[in-house]
Amino acid sequence: MATIAEKILGKEVGEIVECEVDYVMVNDITGVPAFEVLEELAEGREAGGREAGGGETGGGETGVGIKREKVVVVQDHYVPSKDVASAEQAKALRDYARKYEIANYYEVGKEGSGICHQVMIEEGFAAPGRLIIGADSHTCSYGALGAFSTGVGSTEAAAAMATGRLWFKVPATQKFVVDGELARFVGGKDIILHILGEIGVSGSLYKSQEFYGTTIKNLCLSDRITISNMAVEAGAKAGIVPPDEKVFEFLQGRVRGDYKPVYADAVGDESDYEAVFEYDAAEIVPTVAKPFSPANTVPASELDVPVDQAYLGSCTNGRIEDFRVAAAILRGRKVSQEVRMIVVPASKRVFEQALDEGLIKIFLAAGAFVCGPTCGACLGGYLGVLASGEKCVSTTNRNFVGRMGHKDSEVYLANPAVVAASAVRGRITDPAEIAKMTKTKV
Amino acid sequence: MDTDQIIPAEYLTTGDAKELATHAFAKSRPEFARKVKEGDVVVAGENFGCGSSREHAPRALLGAGVSCVVAKSFARIFFRNAINIGLPLVEADLCESVDEGDEVEMNFEAGVVRNLTKGEECKFKPLPEFMQRLLEWGGLVPYIKSGGGEKDKERK
Repeated sequence: MATIAEKILGKEVGEIVECEVDYVMVNDITGVPAFEVLEELAEGREAGGREAGGGETGGGETGVGIKREKVVVVQDHYVPSKDVASAEQAKALRDYARKYEIANYYEVGKEGSGICHQVMIEEGFAAPGRLIIGADSHTCSYGALGAFSTGVGSTEAAAAMATGRLWFKVPATQKFVVDGELARFVGGKDIILHILGEIGVSGSLYKSQEFYGTTIKNLCLSDRITISNMAVEAGAKAGIVPPDEKVFEFLQGRVRGDYKPVYADAVGDESDYEAVFEYDAAEIVPTVAKPFSPANTVPASELDVPVDQAYLGSCTNGRIEDFRVAAAILRGRKVSQEVRMIVVPASKRVFEQALDEGLIKIFLAAGAFVCGPTCGACLGGYLGVLASGEKCVSTTNRNFVGRMGHKDSEVYLANPAVVAASAVRGRITDPAEIAKMTKTKV
Repeated sequence: MDTDQIIPAEYLTTGDAKELATHAFAKSRPEFARKVKEGDVVVAGENFGCGSSREHAPRALLGAGVSCVVAKSFARIFFRNAINIGLPLVEADLCESVDEGDEVEMNFEAGVVRNLTKGEECKFKPLPEFMQRLLEWGGLVPYIKSGGGEKDKERK
């Protein structure tokens, strides 16, 4: 009897196993170090009888072994380039992608482009049963499509790019069951914040999480992605939702190659799981993580904090479903005079769809700033960095000290409805309050 | 101590360890970069290195000359990254027993930390052999280049 992680990795808990990975992803801040290591690894192999001008697997002219079909390179963190140093870094990555003939290369503005995790999902790299690593901690996001996907550093990414394999220690699995119906304005973000509030930032350290229950089943794929995305905030290695029709439909005509869904053996028997956590959806409310931890949670209704910035975007909540929720609240309303609202779609596709649905017009009319997809301010990069003493309510995933800017700034994490409602009121607001503010029917 | 503390994101435009070291803990302990000396040991509490997968975090510590990080527990990506680039890690809780400036002696094979200033000892579980070998080689790259540790090891 085995859990999803144990089946995908193919060994028992605690064992060390070397596996073929399906894909390795790098972005503009982790990609250049990875390619540098790749080339350093190749230097060591020159004595191994490789001829100049080609010869090693997939090396072509360069002679460096690289499993290029498994490599995905995405420009997303500091692009369009935020300063000269970032521009040099992006250029270096571009040059490497060209040198190694990486077909899966995503450039600013081009089709399929966006934040790396959204790209991996939209472009059909993520699929049930796959083993995917990425040089970015939120690689766990694809667990929502039933993959075992996890973040690694640049050196390991390079090793996997060169060999197509990586070693793993098989994690124990924790089971999370959420049953019941969610209240209005409560979604995937609140579920994962609620869980984090209970188990803390190391509550799932080195574990794989699996999510079950009627609530999870009824969630749209986007909200499941939000949950898997923040598995890493609990210290988890992976956060997996057993794939169902919603995943299969999404992948129709989109997925690259074939896939085989993997499910845990235990049905009703929980002995395979190290721990089981059960939640009643009715008890989950719009939740906010206060500074300086994603686990420092309270109900939004208990906060009365004025904000300077409201941020809607990121790999966590930058999808069309998130935009629809926010737009429904912002329609016919204005962002508070004291607040800067920033809207950043997670991908070019999301941006296009939001345009088609008239959502961008709503955001603009409300007084929000809208830009193309980028990680931007989520990690204090640009396009919304905070000054000393400023507070931002945001749909992003981390709020450690100085996360979005000055060390004396603060980030409150929340769902898109809370962010939109807070932008209007100028203070952190439970979305249910918004109906009381104007006569416009929400 | 999350990765945003160890190396704030705005400095992630270089991979150079020495350059990164100048910004280590820039927001939470700005005096660190100035005070840290070659061979120093960083002692920390729980979940050290939680947050991002950025390898720049252990790299910054290595660039600063840190010889080892001793923490009650480590975040998993940081743990792997540190071992892979040759930064030794020890899982032990020294927060109460060690003060800044104390001299400590690390014995990785025996699994003992000796506080020379206070005359105390603390045992810890040595890393799995595979990881100890990686560290002896100075990280994953030297290890792979050597042919996976097949050749005779040279003591560092």
